[in-house]
Order: sequence, then structure tokens, then C-alpha cells
Amino acid sequence: MPDAYTPPKLTLPVGDRDHSEGSADAAVTLVEYGDYQCPYCGAAYPVVKQVQKEMGSLLRFVFRNFPITNAHPNAEWAAETAEAAAAQGKFWPMHDFLFEHQRLLGEDAVFAEQEAKLKLDVRRIGREVADRAYNARIEEDVMSGVRSGVNGTPTFFIGGFRYDGPAELRSIVAALRDAAKSTGGRGGRRSRG
Amino acid sequence: MILKAGVKAPHFTLKTTPDQSVSLQDFMGRPVVLAFYPADWSPVCSDQMGLYAQVMNEFKKFDAEVLGVSVDGIWSHLAFSKDRKLNFPLLADFEPKGAVSKAYGVYEESTGESARALFVIDRKGVIRWSFLSPDGVNPGADGILSALEKLG
Repeated sequence: MPDAYTPPKLTLPVGDRDHSEGSADAAVTLVEYGDYQCPYCGAAYPVVKQVQKEMGSLLRFVFRNFPITNAHPNAEWAAETAEAAAAQGKFWPMHDFLFEHQRLLGEDAVFAEQEAKLKLDVRRIGREVADRAYNARIEEDVMSGVRSGVNGTPTFFIGGFRYDGPAELRSIVAALRDAAKSTGGRGGRRSRG
Repeated sequence: MILKAGVKAPHFTLKTTPDQSVSLQDFMGRPVVLAFYPADWSPVCSDQMGLYAQVMNEFKKFDAEVLGVSVDGIWSHLAFSKDRKLNFPLLADFEPKGAVSKAYGVYEESTGESARALFVIDRKGVIRWSFLSPDGVNPGADGILSALEKLG
């Protein structure tokens, strides 16, 4: 075994390009590379919600796309749908809805109904998804993940380093608390002064 | 001990399908990524091999050939490859079991499987980068891409 193993580092720092929940000044940042069609990401979704609840204002959560398109035929569609909703200011409600309706991905009617409920321009989303309007951004997410040591989905980064533990509440919270401590209460990057 | 950079890559010929074999010499003149892994059918979404299939376009930019190696037999490899839609060959280090893994210093006697280990071999057949992954950690593709970049 190699000695002094350090997990890979997040090569694209969290910044304004990202979809995030929580303050940019939060003590620690959790980044997830995820795929809306991946069952392990689906299983991690409520865990992340619990983590956020437990950490409260100490945590900033960032989601980046990592659709495994060769295994998941609807993953790209789902990522495009989330990004199209983001363009209208509703990334997180759509992100949540996608994970909560994972088995219905690709069923346009189900998602169109939700988009209407969220008061989004449904036709614009349909057009943008068909045109893969956000493909470049999704590719940038994927490549940033590849270059940061993402090795499947979900992959988490805590305080800028890959988290190799289980996707379980206690374990993630413990790692987040450690990271918050080791950076003197200011994990992640401050993107505001 | 895992073979290190600067060492000539040991030659091998392994089966990849019932009637096809692959030799390291087949790829002389091109970089080769040799990815040893413990077993087909690991229970995660996009395991290591699936990830490499996903980023194949990046490897292709370096004209690199990716070869997966485990001690599984060809029939397991064929089914696994089809299931995960892999787009590169899987080699069966099956008979004599683990011989190539041993030659590269990455055979785990305790489990009877290959370790998770990566080699980037240059156009002349010399190992230019190697990496032995800690237990249970899927190494991803970033180290491979960095090593390919350095080949120039």
C-alpha cells in the first residue's frame, strides 16, 4: 500500500458557477458529483438532506452533474432538465423533484406538470432540453469531476478533498465537523469578503 | 512490490474473448493504460471500468489504448462488459491464475485477486507511471490523464 495517502483534491474550486445551498461563508462545503438516474445517488439524496439539517448554517452544499450516460439513458436528460430549470432560477426545486421521481425520469408529462407548478416556462425547458442547451456546462462539471478523482456516483468532496467514506449520515457529518475544525471554522473558500 | 516508472513493462498475452488474445506488443507505438482491478461485477454505479468507458474520449485524445485486467474468466468478462457497455477490452488473467498481475507486482495473495493498480506504459513499452490504490478505493481517471499528459 502507498504510504501517506491523501485523497484527490477538487480541481475546480466552488464558485459562482455552482448551484449551492447555504452561505458562501459557511464553515465547510460539501460538494456532490451526482447522476439523477443512479440508484446510489437516489439513496444518498435523503442522507444529504439530513446532513444539511444537522449541520445547519455551518454547511454549504454544492451539486455538480456527473451523468453516467453509457449506463443511464435518462441521466443526461435529467441533468439538462435541472440546468434548464436553473436558467429560470429554480435549480433546487427541480433537483429535488428529479431525485424524488427517479423512476419516472424521461416521462415528459410528469416533469412538465411540475415545471408548470413551479411557474416555469415549460416550453422553453422542453426546447432547451431537446437542444441540449446546457451540454457545455454539464461537460465542464463532468470533466472537473474526472480531473478531481470522481470515480463513480455519488462522489463527495469535503473541504476540497474527496471523501472516501460511506454515504451515511453519521460518517459524513463526522467528516464535515473534522474539516470545519481543521480549517479553524472556515472550510471551503470564502467567495465573499 | 508494484513495478515503478522507468521499468520495461513485462510482456503478456491474455485472452479477451473465447477466440481472441491481446498482447502488449499489439500496441507498440501507442500509450497503453493497464488497469488491474479485483473482480467483475462490483456493486457500485459506474465502477472503475464503467468510469473509464465514460471518459474514453479523453483517453483517445492521447491515442491511448485502455486494457482492463482481472483474474475473472472470459465469460464473466464478456457478460460484465456487455452489461456495463464497456468500450475497451477486458483481459482474463485466468490461467495460470494471476500470472500477469504477479509480474506487475499487483497480485493479492490473500484474496486471490488483482489489486486495484494502474500503469501508464509509453510508446516504447516502458512504464512511465504506476499507482497502487488503497484497499476499497476506486482510483478514478485523473492520475491516468495526468500521466498521459506528461508523456507528451
